[in-house]
Amino acid sequence: MTKLVPVLSAHWDEKDSFTIEAYTRNGGYKASKKALAMDPDAVIQLVKDSGLRGRGGAGFPTGMKWGFIPQGDNKDHYLVVNADESEPGTCKDTPLLLANPHVLIEGCIIASHAIRAKHAFIYIRGEVTHVVRRLNQAIEDAYKAGHLGNGIELVLHVGAGAYICGEETALLDSLEGFRGQPRLRPPFPAIAGLYARPTVVNNVESIASVPAIIENGAEWYQAMGTEKSKGTTLYSLSGHVNNPGQFEAPLGITLREILDLSGGIRNGHSLKFWTPGGSSTPLFTAEHLDVPLDYEGVSAAGSMLGTKALQIFDETTCVVRAVLRWTEFYKHESCGKCTPCREGTWWLVQILRDLENGKGTEADLAKLLDLCDNIMGRSFCALGDGATSPITSSIKYFREEYIAHLTLGACPFDPVASTLFEGASK
Amino acid sequence: MAFSEEDFQVMDSIIKRYPRSRSAIMPLLHYVQSKAGYITNEGIEVIAKVLQLEAAEVTAVSTFYTQYKPTPVGEYHVGVCTNTLCAVMGGDAIFNSLKDHLGIGNDEVTVDGKVSLEHIECNAACDYAPVVMANWEFYDNQTVQSAKDLVDAMRAGNPPAPTRGPNTLGTWKEASAVLAGINDGKANEGLQAGTPTLLGLKLSKEGK
Repeated sequence: MTKLVPVLSAHWDEKDSFTIEAYTRNGGYKASKKALAMDPDAVIQLVKDSGLRGRGGAGFPTGMKWGFIPQGDNKDHYLVVNADESEPGTCKDTPLLLANPHVLIEGCIIASHAIRAKHAFIYIRGEVTHVVRRLNQAIEDAYKAGHLGNGIELVLHVGAGAYICGEETALLDSLEGFRGQPRLRPPFPAIAGLYARPTVVNNVESIASVPAIIENGAEWYQAMGTEKSKGTTLYSLSGHVNNPGQFEAPLGITLREILDLSGGIRNGHSLKFWTPGGSSTPLFTAEHLDVPLDYEGVSAAGSMLGTKALQIFDETTCVVRAVLRWTEFYKHESCGKCTPCREGTWWLVQILRDLENGKGTEADLAKLLDLCDNIMGRSFCALGDGATSPITSSIKYFREEYIAHLTLGACPFDPVASTLFEGASK
Repeated sequence: MAFSEEDFQVMDSIIKRYPRSRSAIMPLLHYVQSKAGYITNEGIEVIAKVLQLEAAEVTAVSTFYTQYKPTPVGEYHVGVCTNTLCAVMGGDAIFNSLKDHLGIGNDEVTVDGKVSLEHIECNAACDYAPVVMANWEFYDNQTVQSAKDLVDAMRAGNPPAPTRGPNTLGTWKEASAVLAGINDGKANEGLQAGTPTLLGLKLSKEGK
């Protein structure tokens, strides 16, 4: 049985956990002091040795990303933290920043030193007013305490409601003051990122994991997790469970273990399908309860670890309705730059709406899969790819349910049964 | 409305945050909303002037992002999450009942100008589903009834405090100022974390 190991979340239960006083009381800003006294390359090496991988979805080794920044090039370097948490189901960075914004600031100081950046930016989504307050206050307090402003400037940049800006190159365009649309790569941000200068873009949780690694060492971090997925991470459990929430555990814990320790699927119901890492990761079912939730384990089972957003749906949920809604989301959030994604997501919605309403024919399923095939891998960024994940995986596991809609001529599910307040809206 | 000398000073301080001025366009748009309530033509012109851009360039950015409103919203702008998880857990029922209750549709405002309604995408609070946002503050674990009560209280001028936010719900313009990076002194108000956020930590302390 894997045990929970709170590192990032260790002090969240202290009422003033978000203040600089609490953070310092719990040993904060010691790691940055230690790192600033180290050679930048040694900091990069330490993070490489720790095995830390990106927590925003792709799982790219963080230290290696830092190592790609050309050194001695006499150019400005930038650190950009991606706090645009918007992937459906993902809800880890937002509570982290509400409870402890200073750990991200300290991570920014360390990372900026390592990549020799004088300017760091945190790009946060705009729909979280109180998180913006907390982070701006924390930055102000860190300046007053002298942690910032002595060679490293940190600016909070607030977005304005565009999922696509979570994609790193769209984020950079947005931060430069343009419409947030992805760029063609190469060149990668490490060579030509913000203002066409070498730039590291990291997820909040990745950067927030760095202070503890500096403080406790690479071996400590290496000792947690699995062979290629090291350390602890935040798993976010939501949906039809008795007790949703955040669970910090070593990588490789299973959904069965998380459900067992948290109280399971809501009483009287059973697991139907779930996402391991947000809506862009192919659906899993009850047969995947024992898949180790690390980068390799989830990938071997046909999905992706993604953001570890475990959205749980029980047998009352119509999978076609769920997939339609996600597809409407991708259609709405497609930035319109690339034709396969812009036009493709629009057609996916048309066909899925008909299917959910019991119209259409079985041939529409083949058409959906064909459309997905023509969207997948054909655009600048992965938004369109993500849109195909729920469709192809749901048809793989629940083809019969799609057909049942057609046979009945309507959706066979009662949406009231799947609400949290079952029946209360009647 | 006209922008005052003081407004221009604030805008100047926003521009100075960045190595290159054009990067200030988004906080400046939030700032315009904090003054005018939405993105006015005058606001576009002012941003174009201070950033030395064409108005069309500013409009191009403004229209890309859904938080910048081309027409006035309510004093309290209510967003109901209807992305899959919240929708299934009750967001659809909440959104439909609010439309009926308020007599307005998506992206519309009540006649008294108090409440506007929008169906929103995932707002990163899935462990608190179904989620309703008001001026982008969290109202967690909503029901059809609690959401109706919330908008009624808004129209009566005394909305309850957000579940994870400041002690009082500010207006749309006040929230826009915060998003422009202006400190309203409320960062230390409210919970550090709600119950779901703390569940893993609590269980770990119980030996799990």
